[in-house]
Amino acid sequence: MAARWAPAPSPGRRRPPQFYAGAAILGLMTVVALLAPWLAPHGYADQDLLRSLQPPAWLPGGDWAYPLGTDRLGRDLCSRLMVGARVSIAVALLSVLLGGGLGTMLGLAAGYFGGRVDRTISRLIDVQLSFPPVFVAIAIMAALGQSLPKLIVVLALVTWVQYARVARANTLSVREREFVAAARALGAAERRILSRHVLPSILPPLLVVGAVNMSNVILAEAALSFLGLGVQPPVPAWGSMVSDGRTVQSLAWWNTVFPGMAIAVLVIGANLLGDGLQRAR
Amino acid sequence: MGRFLVQRLVHLVWVLLAVSILVFLLIHLSGDPIRLLTPLDAKPEDVERVRRLYGLDKPIPAQYWDFLRRALRGDLGESFRYQRPALELVLQRLPTTALLAVVTVGLTVAVGIPVGVWAGSRVGSAADWLVSVATFLFISLPSFWLGVLLILLFADRLRWLPASGFESPAHLVLPCVTLAVYTTGLLTRLVRVDVLEVLSQDFIRTARAKGLAERAVLSRHALRNAMISAVTVLGLQLGNLLGGSVVVEAVFAWPGVGWLMLQGIQTRDLPLVRAVVLVVGTAFVLINLAVDLLYLYLDPRIRYDHGS
Repeated sequence: MAARWAPAPSPGRRRPPQFYAGAAILGLMTVVALLAPWLAPHGYADQDLLRSLQPPAWLPGGDWAYPLGTDRLGRDLCSRLMVGARVSIAVALLSVLLGGGLGTMLGLAAGYFGGRVDRTISRLIDVQLSFPPVFVAIAIMAALGQSLPKLIVVLALVTWVQYARVARANTLSVREREFVAAARALGAAERRILSRHVLPSILPPLLVVGAVNMSNVILAEAALSFLGLGVQPPVPAWGSMVSDGRTVQSLAWWNTVFPGMAIAVLVIGANLLGDGLQRAR
Repeated sequence: MGRFLVQRLVHLVWVLLAVSILVFLLIHLSGDPIRLLTPLDAKPEDVERVRRLYGLDKPIPAQYWDFLRRALRGDLGESFRYQRPALELVLQRLPTTALLAVVTVGLTVAVGIPVGVWAGSRVGSAADWLVSVATFLFISLPSFWLGVLLILLFADRLRWLPASGFESPAHLVLPCVTLAVYTTGLLTRLVRVDVLEVLSQDFIRTARAKGLAERAVLSRHALRNAMISAVTVLGLQLGNLLGGSVVVEAVFAWPGVGWLMLQGIQTRDLPLVRAVVLVVGTAFVLINLAVDLLYLYLDPRIRYDHGS
């Protein structure tokens, strides 16, 4: 199915190494996240107060049963990080898909139909681009109350404009191309023209926007959960783990260092992927 | 020019209207606002009295109109917690956040532009590679984590700098560095690419051919072009710093508007949160306008009169 309308790949074009590095990091972390319940040495909420603040295994006093040490309540950090990966990755993927889908649809409609539809949607895009997205997300999450679905929807709602802008601009130029005119001349329905002809040709630039945006969404989710406005305990999110770790940071640095490192690695993966996609174009 | 200004002003009105709607809706997003105003065990007739007192018995559009009319007069309600006008509280804290933002932007420009020009003029060298890798890391680190790490190292371990508060210039160092790491990474990468592009153009070859020193080529031609993207990034980032520093203000207990907003969130003090969102949103819009006007000055080729 996909092969029929996908733009023909230029023969012999290779993607830059950044692309593969980024894909490898994201892929690996996704596998760990998916397999977390089986890979994790302990349950993410299992407390053992006798083992609280145990250092990572390679330090004196460490124990390989708790490879990255334990937190204040004696919970295994490594297991919590693995389960936390599920939150970060789920939020990143779903809000990019949702925001990307919404933005693409509206941008496509604005660019293709023009006139009043375009004026209304463009005004909406312009207005929202004048808002600082993370700040707005903080305000809305604070008022709405916190849950995973709300988090995903709010992050999608503050980022859809990025896609809409690019989708609109590309649709404007694709609309005038011969193959679209040909399809119309052959009597194809608007729906079919949009989904079979216009959408596939504007997808590649949107993928770049998606990859770049993914790193922003990961950082935004981490910041929100750091502030206590993301996923609620006992489910571990990396951002809230850093914030928890701060209460014991002079005693147990590993509680703040490792979760932040996990966020940074995921963001590096997304940025590498975006960089690679951009260079490949 | 005139038409451009009119366009921008129309846009400004739309955006401010959107800000006001967002701010108005915040209090309704949290459920029935009456629950925030009355104790749980209040008698139903008292609840109704409070509802009428605050105009919460009217239809939503009418409530919005009331809100807008009062907001235009600068009345955003009283903070539940401080029992003082919310707008006054926010405006009091604004300079503190602005200080953080301005110093951060200064730091960003002082490092980002020279390093970007330097790396961009020797692309492919080991130094350029190093700058690329470093700036890539800079834009990938979560700011709150960086802040926590800096505190751990420079305040807890080495005891060189204070971890939190707002008493002396030394207190500025860690929060500003934390904020500047991301913006510097962004700016350096942009300037580098700009310089790289400009240096391959004909007028640079001409400048070199006529014997202009490399230093002068860079400072007179490359730099000027790089300024345009610098203004774009910094304009956007200054706006983000005014609001987005919520996180960094939280890490360093910096008594600015972001910190005020978090306190408002924690104590369910919605009038206060609304006032912060309104002030920051308005500041962001005004900064964007200023950036657009600055383009006109920096790049005479940009004429907003034709097309749009």
